[in-house]
Amino acid sequence: MKIESLDPRINRAALDADSQDGILQEMDHFQTYEVFEQKKRGTHHVHVGSVHAPNSELAMMFAKEQYTRRGACVNLWVVKTSEIFVTQYEDSDIFENTASKLHRDPNSYKVMDRIKAFKERQKNNA
Amino acid sequence: MEFTEKHVMGLKDLLYRMADDLLILGHRNSEWTGLGPILEEDIAFSSMAQDKIGQSLALYEILHEIGESEPDTVAFTRNAEQFHSCHLVELPIGEYDFSLVRHFYFDHQSALRMDMLAETVVEPLQMVARKFRGEVKYHTMHADSWLKTLANGTEEAKIRMQQAINETFPYALGMFELSDYEADLIEAGIFPGEAALQEAWYRVISEKLNAFGYSVPEINNSIPSTGGRKGHHTEHLQPLLDEMTEVFSIDPSADW
Repeated sequence: MKIESLDPRINRAALDADSQDGILQEMDHFQTYEVFEQKKRGTHHVHVGSVHAPNSELAMMFAKEQYTRRGACVNLWVVKTSEIFVTQYEDSDIFENTASKLHRDPNSYKVMDRIKAFKERQKNNA
Repeated sequence: MEFTEKHVMGLKDLLYRMADDLLILGHRNSEWTGLGPILEEDIAFSSMAQDKIGQSLALYEILHEIGESEPDTVAFTRNAEQFHSCHLVELPIGEYDFSLVRHFYFDHQSALRMDMLAETVVEPLQMVARKFRGEVKYHTMHADSWLKTLANGTEEAKIRMQQAINETFPYALGMFELSDYEADLIEAGIFPGEAALQEAWYRVISEKLNAFGYSVPEINNSIPSTGGRKGHHTEHLQPLLDEMTEVFSIDPSADW
């Protein structure tokens, strides 16, 4: 029995309704690649998502259509997801800041006054 | 240089060839939407099909400027024998191997044609050619990546791709069917001609196919599938037009 559809494209494909063809085996999946987009030269590449692909070259081709069709882009990176080394969420306590490390927090530097004064001078000189 | 009537006829023929090829292939390739081998490819292929229809619109607009009907009228109310498209673009999508090879053959032709027209004396055409160069370049990169990947795939992939490369070749040669105005176009600096384009195209696709590990079909052993440029089409074009123009025929003012 063929699959019948209102969509003529589906009917043209004459798909067998009982076919086992579409059932994916574990190895039938492509690997994923993570996509990083640079919106302007000199700025950081920013992670925008991932694509499935058989190799880096096609991953790049897919990433271009997937992520850069709307809005500016000057450069793309793709990298195999499996090549990215990640921390574990159960280790996220390593990121905790203790009260005694306040000196690392830029807010604790009292330089804003001097920056403001400098900007004021720049403005007056202009 | 002042354009004679022959120059204008030649230019119109050139624009119709390009626009009709792009419209018909854009429509054909959009038939893969929802059926592509994987989601990412489905999106990329559909998006390129849209690009082609957009490019055809820009060319129909130039035709309109030089006295032809509105783009919608031209696209949706002509019969098959009024289309200047080649046979290659009207063939059904077949299997993905064929659609990829058609994409490879057609888009390298398109890219080289745009490169040539980027230097044409016809200003609006020059602008359109320059505008779409990057778009078409991506289309060729996409096609190259697939042909290269499948050449390095399974034995079945390699055999099927080589077969599609061979079987599609005579249709691809039909893209370069000579125009009656070939000499006029060259003389006026409008277009270097189909023969020059075919030569450049064959050089590029031979280099690519060799590099990917396929064998290159011989030009001398092939009989080009011609006639499309003069309105003689295969039985596949009219049904495509009937489907494409269905909404327009029901309601010409439909908008969405």
